[in-house]
Order: sequence, then structure tokens, then C-alpha cells
Amino acid sequence: MNLTLYVWRQKGPKDLGKLEQYEAPNVSPDQSFLEMLDDVNEVLIKTGKDPIAFDHDCREGICGMCSTVVNGRPHGGQDRTTVCQLHMRTFKDGDSIYIEPWKAKAFPIVKDLVVDRSALDAIQNAGGYTSCHTGGVPDANAVMISQPAAEYAMDAAECIGCGACVAGCPNSSAMLFTGNKVAQLAALPQGRPEAKARVKAMTEALKECGFGNCTNHYECQAACPKGIDVKFIAKLNREYIKSLLP
Amino acid sequence: MILDGKCPTGPIEQSWDKHRFEMKLVNPANKRKYKILMVGTGLAGGAGAASLGELGYNVHAFCYQDSARRAHSIAAQGGINAAKNYPNDGDSIYRLFYDTIKGGDFRAREADVWRLAQVSNNIIDQCVAQGVPFARDYAGYLDNRSFGGAQVSRTFYARGQTGQQLLLGAYSALCRQVKAKTVTMHPRTEMLDLVVVDGVAKGITVRNLTTGQIESHWGDAVVLATGGYVNVFYLSTNAMGCSVTAVWKAAKKGAYMANPCYTQIHPTCIPQHGEHQSKLTLMSESLRNDGRCWVPKKKEDCEKPAGAIPEEDRDYYLERKYPSFGNLAPRDIASRAAKEQCDDDRGVGPGKRGVYLDFADSINRLGQHTIAARYGNLFEMYEKITDENGYKQPMRIYPAPHYSMGGLWVDYNCMSNVPGLFVLGEANFSVHGANRLGASALMQGLADGYFVIPYTIANYLVTVKPGAVTDAHPEFKKSADEVKGQINKLLSINGKKTVSDMHRALGKIMWNNVGMARSKQSLTAALKEIPALREEFWKNVKVSGSGEEFNQQLENAGRLADFLEFGEMLAKDALHREESCGGHFRVEHQYDDGEAKRDDENFCYAAAWEFKGNDKEPELHKEPLKFENVHLAVRSYK
Amino acid sequence: MQFTQSTVGRKILMAVTGLILISFICVHLLGNSSVYWGADGINAYAKHLHDLGPLVWIFRLFMLAVFGLHILFGIQLTLENRAATPGNYAVKRLVRANFASETMIVSGLVLLAFVVYHILHFTMHLTNPEISASHLPVDALSRPDVFTMVVLSFQKFLISLIYVAAMVFLFLHVSHGFQSFIQTFGFNNGPSLHILEKVSKGFALVLLFGYISIPILIIFGIVKI
Repeated sequence: MNLTLYVWRQKGPKDLGKLEQYEAPNVSPDQSFLEMLDDVNEVLIKTGKDPIAFDHDCREGICGMCSTVVNGRPHGGQDRTTVCQLHMRTFKDGDSIYIEPWKAKAFPIVKDLVVDRSALDAIQNAGGYTSCHTGGVPDANAVMISQPAAEYAMDAAECIGCGACVAGCPNSSAMLFTGNKVAQLAALPQGRPEAKARVKAMTEALKECGFGNCTNHYECQAACPKGIDVKFIAKLNREYIKSLLP
Repeated sequence: MILDGKCPTGPIEQSWDKHRFEMKLVNPANKRKYKILMVGTGLAGGAGAASLGELGYNVHAFCYQDSARRAHSIAAQGGINAAKNYPNDGDSIYRLFYDTIKGGDFRAREADVWRLAQVSNNIIDQCVAQGVPFARDYAGYLDNRSFGGAQVSRTFYARGQTGQQLLLGAYSALCRQVKAKTVTMHPRTEMLDLVVVDGVAKGITVRNLTTGQIESHWGDAVVLATGGYVNVFYLSTNAMGCSVTAVWKAAKKGAYMANPCYTQIHPTCIPQHGEHQSKLTLMSESLRNDGRCWVPKKKEDCEKPAGAIPEEDRDYYLERKYPSFGNLAPRDIASRAAKEQCDDDRGVGPGKRGVYLDFADSINRLGQHTIAARYGNLFEMYEKITDENGYKQPMRIYPAPHYSMGGLWVDYNCMSNVPGLFVLGEANFSVHGANRLGASALMQGLADGYFVIPYTIANYLVTVKPGAVTDAHPEFKKSADEVKGQINKLLSINGKKTVSDMHRALGKIMWNNVGMARSKQSLTAALKEIPALREEFWKNVKVSGSGEEFNQQLENAGRLADFLEFGEMLAKDALHREESCGGHFRVEHQYDDGEAKRDDENFCYAAAWEFKGNDKEPELHKEPLKFENVHLAVRSYK
Repeated sequence: MQFTQSTVGRKILMAVTGLILISFICVHLLGNSSVYWGADGINAYAKHLHDLGPLVWIFRLFMLAVFGLHILFGIQLTLENRAATPGNYAVKRLVRANFASETMIVSGLVLLAFVVYHILHFTMHLTNPEISASHLPVDALSRPDVFTMVVLSFQKFLISLIYVAAMVFLFLHVSHGFQSFIQTFGFNNGPSLHILEKVSKGFALVLLFGYISIPILIIFGIVKI
């Protein structure tokens, strides 16, 4: 199939970007979206033009590096699919595709479709861990964890940290990202001792990084390539309220 | 030269404890004066940086990704082994040790493997304490699953995302240290050279991938945890950015490369669909717990839909050939068996390069719900890529390059032959021998990071004065100039072929000649083609843009340049090793039934190669392998 | 960071004040429906309220504070959120957010304007003094004739239109706000959210129909003097 692409091009963080038009001829339906972009880039390189910069790494939907808004939806809007796992069979011959980077104040654009997501690290640094020492921990089976609790924690822990929740959110809030970590650790006995400090520190970091506030649009859940539920934001809220109590 | 692994002597059960006691310690007050450079933030690097930071060292950690959380350890699916024996099925440290040695086809160092088996239990404790949500049974205890190459259930898992959860655990520990300011992170930074001063590793030269700036960093010790090199095959299950660069730069500065020919081809990957494919996707080997591998018995059936082939016309070749391990045969064996079937023209799918992995029996026995609970995400992934429903028709799988057992040579302390240069995880060669068992990579990465390097690095650091050599030393400028020189050279060629074109070409050479089955003929051919391609690369590659900006083409070009040199060494090692063992299969050396024929008499050693320049033969150093606790035997899974 | 500047703290403040405002709206609707009992109903209700004396003022001040906080934090959060979202996407498709959730600040500000008008109209009798209770003769029991004021007012098409339009905005605001405060208080276990959203919309519809029934019934002459 043949496609027309409108791709966000921006030389650096301080430049003004704009959409530019490219043709993607002879796209195979079995190709992944990024492989289609690879092909476009090959042509650009051979004709002496600057190839489109985009982040990608594992190309199997787990590293969270790829970060592209396709036709107005983070990762292209296929259910539980990162853009690296998006396949061209979901498009039709002659389609126009708009390809843009994550847009949020907290994610400055590095180049073209590449953004700086260190703000997500900053949120995690603020308290997304248990303060256990290497060594010096009890036997793994010393503390039992009910299966539902472990499953619940796992549901939250599936987050790949790609930032689609922020890109999708009308407020550019990273509350789902933060909620996942808070909820995962709060659900486990190992995370309880620090739960109060954690939720405060992480939500403070979220604000300091320049993310917006959550106003319960739930767009994050729709944008999340792992389909993570906003119930973890509710859990964060609950943990926050608990942290206010003595 | 004969290399010495400096393994502790005496009974192996006490070897690590004894060694730990004998090693020297760094005074707590002095720790912060030592600067340690950690390159790579995967399981080994992330865990190592966090643990060293916690001990009080001044750690600087580097990764090429935009965050430490994205290292490719994250993609490991199946699980992590430990000798906990929670299921009471007869596991023990000794059995894990034995399985790993045997799985590695008796080409690993006993003491290292023993230590790995011993600390495996601590890893699980550590991860649980970090909040890693491992699977649990109804009573709330940790659950286990079986994995290839073992007859006990010792694999801990977190759905199909165990690597992700373990890495995020290590990453969270790292975050804690970043907050405590003991670790400084340098994301989007790629190591492009090792700085060696008077024979001792003293720093690295890196490129800031965002700005293109070349930076020098000094350290009292340099630790490489930069993963494996199977992207030398172009199509592999590794992430796009995985490269041999850091390891190869160290090799060019004098570190020995051990057993590069030991590459693992993983049996359960999704077959290639076309020319423009950029990578292959792995599906956890745990699928073989409930899936049965088969191909049609008759060649003419291959085009038919799977459902149209009656039971009696199906060849469950793994169960036929290896009745006791069946579908759980180790990876190298399963991969080679799949290749044999396809070479016999009984493969299925596009190009007939594929075999079926059939879940029909398990679904009948356990119900689709149970299968979905175990492998739901894998079925989903399979459907996304192939547009086929694995519950309704058998999956098609084919082997793909996945892991490198070889790597930089290290002694028992994980230190290479270059003092001050430590190598952890997949980047070193130490524990997997010629083949790695499933769920052992995560175990090794975390063992090295959490429980080995924190002890062994101290033993080295006490011998150096902190900060004795800094980036003011002229070697740093020399290294930076070399790096800049190579970048300028790459940018100035302005040829006609793109980096991907040439990487694809290298991949073809490697896969066809140095892949699953190697022969003197194929290796000799590769050794002609690789240097020719390398020459073409330096004349005809086209890298656009400049060095002073975010430039992914330039990054890839640099990585490919190293693969083009390293690939040759890999082929040379494969040619030199006149035996078949584990992932290294020489068609000249096999039994009548096609099983690998090892030559313990002549090749029971680790081959460590010293790079002498592209136009010179590398020098071989041997480390003889002594087996005092296991009996060298023909590896049989029949 | 102080509770009142924390991103979740303010969310909780919005939820608590929102909940109080919703409760007030419910009680107010119940009070208003006394209009269906004719002059006896609503005039008696109004007198009872007035007879509470200082309590009325305490209540009014309390509501003013709650309303003020809700508005101030609402504006502050909106400004922050706008600052956090720099350029717009060339193509933007929202699938989970809806018109109501995206226009909370608009519906909120419209409601603020409406409340000001409503107080000027029915409480302070400034906008249409000629038909206000303070100008109309007292009823048979010498109570201010609120009933007549209401009926005469809503017989004017423009006034009815303002009230009906404002209630549509109230519907939008509450349909998002109601389920929002439940999520904010953490009462969402996943599957419940879907139901909650329906309940929220239903509740907002009840308010909408409850409130607009009065001007509509009056304008169609079903409720008359």
C-alpha cells in the first residue's frame, strides 16, 4: 500500500517544529509501523536528507522507548499496543498518517519525535522503591502475600514508563504513571512501611516536574499500551488520604 | 599464554564463603573517595550500581537509553532460576550447579557456576523485598514453573514479564541511590572508548547522544555491564541499540574476548516475515511447557493448514528424539532440531522456515482459560505480529539469535585481564559455558550485580589510591581525539549505502555461515566476506548529519563498525574450535544421530582472544577448565 | 508541600467542596419543589428559612467559602494544566475524556455567573424588582409572596431561558463532577468506574429535569398563580 505521512520535524528543543509531508510507497501490511518509518528514512538518507529521529529500542513492546502519537492517539490507539508493535495492516492504502511526538511541557522535544522523559525518572527517584538493603532481607517466603494482592501489584507494575498516559492526557498529567508505582508498592507488605512518605514525595515530584493535575478524564487508561486501569489512581488518592491521617 | 581464573581452592561448597572472607575490604570512610564507572544499567549494571552506591562508593552509571529502566534485560519473559527447592521436588544448590554446568556443555568454570547457584537464593529474597510481584499460589507462597534443561521446577516468574519486573526492581534500587546522591546517572550516553593508563583501566570516553559532545570520565574502576553481541546477526531478539561497542572498545584496549563463538539461538521466536524486518521477536521458552513442537511427517503436507494434517502424520520431533526431556530440551538442542526439520524440507509457513508449536492438547486438558492465564500476553503478542490466533491454530516458531554466552574474559572476581576493568552479566563469558539454560540470564545478571561485584571490587580498590589518575591525564585526551577522529571519518565517507543496508549484509554473512550450523567451509567463506564488507563500509557508507547533534545514523554506524571487526573474531573462534558444544555446532563434529560431538581432550578450555589489529591474527590465550565436582560426560537429554 | 498546594491535596479539596455543593444543590432542589404545593408550600418554606435568622447567615457564609474555594482551586488547577500542555497536536483524538470533562472550567464559570445572577434575581431582588417579593404584596398569611415572584419571573421567556440554559451547564458539570469525587476519594476498584459514570450521568439528569421542570411548567402555564 501507499501512504502519505505528515511527520513532526523539529531540529532541537529551541526550534519551532512543523509537520512535513512524506510519501511511504510499497508498504507491506506485515511491517511494523517503525519498520515503515525505517524505510522512509532509508530513502531520506540516500537522497541526502535528514532522516526522521524517533526513539525505539526493543521493538517488542516492553522497553517503553518508542513514543509517537499516530493520528492523534499515543502509540496509534490500538488496544494494548505500543507503536513498535503497531502493524501496517491496521492502515489502508492511500491513508494519511499524522505522526507527532509526545507533547507535554515536562517532556521537552530533543529532536523530531524524540522527547526527554527524565521527568518520569525524577518521579521514581522521589520514592518509587522500598528502602531495602542489598542482602539483609528475609527469606522470600517469610512473608506471605495473597494471590489477589500479588496480582493486583502485578497489574500496576506492568507499566513500561513510556509516557503515553502523559501524551494522551488533556492536562499532561503523569498521575497514572505515579499511581502505578504507588499502588504496586502499597499493595505489598514490603512497601507498606514507607507508603505514606512515598505517596507524598512522588506526587510532589510530579508537580515539580511540570506535569499537570489529574482531573479524572481517564484518557490515560485509553492511551496506555498496557491498558493499565485508573483504579490505581484511585488507590493513589486513597493512599494520599491515608497519609494525612495520623 | 595460560590464563588463570584465580578460583578459590578447596571444597567447592565453601569456595565462595572462603573467598569472601579472604578478600580485602575498603574502609567505610574511604568508600566515597572511590569513583566507580558503571556502563550499562540492565540487571547486572543497575543492580551493581545500586549496591555499590549503597555501600558508599561514588558511582557514575551510563546507559544509551533515555532511562536506566529501558535496558534490554526488560524483555526477558520467562523467569529466573533459584535453588530454593520450594516445591520440594529435589532441587538443591548442587543440582542447579550441575544443571548449569551440564547445560553449558561443560565449558564453564566450576567455581563461578557454584557461586551463581549459591547466591541464586539471595536474589529471590532481594527481589521480593523490593516489591517484585512474583507469581504466587493460592496460599500466598511463591509459585514456580519448569524450564528447559531442568527436571525440577525452580523458575520464579512474574507473568510473562519477569525480566521487566526484576529490572524495575533493580531500577528502583538505583533510583533510591540516585536520590541519595551516591549514584549519578548519565542516560543517553554511549561509551565509545576505554581509557587505559599504564595497563590499568582508569576511565571511559563517552558520547552524549543528545548533544553529540565527547566527554571523558575518570574512575578508579570501570565496570562494563553492557550485554551481548548477537546483533552481529542483524536480525536477533536483542534491542535495536544492543551492540558490542563497549566490549569491543575494551577488547581493542587489551581486554581478552573469550569464547565469542558461543552464541545462543533461541528456539521459540516468531519467524521472519520479509526483507524489511528490523528484528525478531522472542516468545518465552516457557511456552514449551505446554506447547508441543511438530512438523508434518510428509513434505507435501507442509502447505496444508495445520488442522488438516491428521495426528498420525505429525512428527513431534522433540518428543521423538528426546523422550525424557521432550519439549523441554535445552535451547541449543531444540533450535538445532527445528533447523534439521526445516532443512529436511518439512518446515511450515513463509519460506518453509518454521515449525509448529501446538497448544491444542494443553487447551483440551487445562482449558483455554488456564493457558491464557499462563501465557496470555505471549498469545496476544503473537497475534499482533502474525495476525494469527495461537489458541485456534498452532503457532509458528523458528530459532533466532538471542544471547551470547561468550564475552570479555574475567577471572573469578569478574575482573578482566586489564586491571580495574570489571565485566558483569551477559558481557562477560563466565558461567554459561557453551549454552545458557533458560531463566539463567536474569539469575546471572542479578548475581553479578547484587552479590558478586560489591565484594570483589573492594579487593581491587584497596590496591589503588582513589583519584590517583583523573581525566587530566593525557591518555584521556588521546582517547577523546581518537573517538572524534572515528566520528569525523564516518561522517566524511558520504558513500552510497546506508548503515542498515550494510548491517543487513553482515547479518546475512553471519547467519548463513556462522549461525546454527558451522563448517570449516562456511567459516572460511565468512572470514573472506567480513573483511571485504568492512572495507566497503569504510568506503561506501553514508552517514548524514553532524557529530554535534542527536544523530541516530551516526550511533548505528559506530556500532556497525565494531560489529564488522568483532564478527571476524567470532568466526575465527568458531573456526578454531574444532568440536561441537552447546551453541557452537560444527557439522564436521557430530555423532551419527546428529548430536553434538564434544572434544574434551583438545578443547576443554576457554579461548580468550587478544585483539592485535584488523590486519593481524588475534592471539589465543587458553584457560584450561578443570572439572573436579562434576563428571565430564556426554550431554544427553534423551 | 502543603496540602493546599499538593496536586492530590487540591484534588481532594475540589472533591470535598464539590460534594458539599452537590449536597446543597440537592437540598435546594427539594426546597424548590415546594413550589408545586403552590403558595402555601414555597412561601412557608421561605419563611422558615428566614426565621432561622443568624443561622441563615452562618450557612450563607459557609457556602460562600466552599463555593469560593471550589472556584479558586478550579481556576488555579486549570491554569496549571494549560501551562503543562504546550502546543496542541495537529490531530488529537480523545476517546475516554468527554465534552463534560473537558469543559469543566467553562461550565464552572458559567455556573458562577448564573449563581451571581440567581442571587441578584431571587435573593436580592435587584434584576427584576417590579416582580420581586419585596415589591409584591404579602400573601394571605402575611408572608413574602415568593410563589408569585417565581411564577411571574418564569413567565418571562428570557428568564426561563437563562435558568434552563444554566441547568444544562449544571448537568455537564455534575455529570463529570459526581463520579470524579468518588474516584478522588479512592472508591474505584476498576469495574465499578463504568457503573459510577452511569450513575453520575443519571444523577446529573435527575438534577437537570428537577430544576428545569419549574420554569418549563410555569411557561407552559401548568403551574400558575
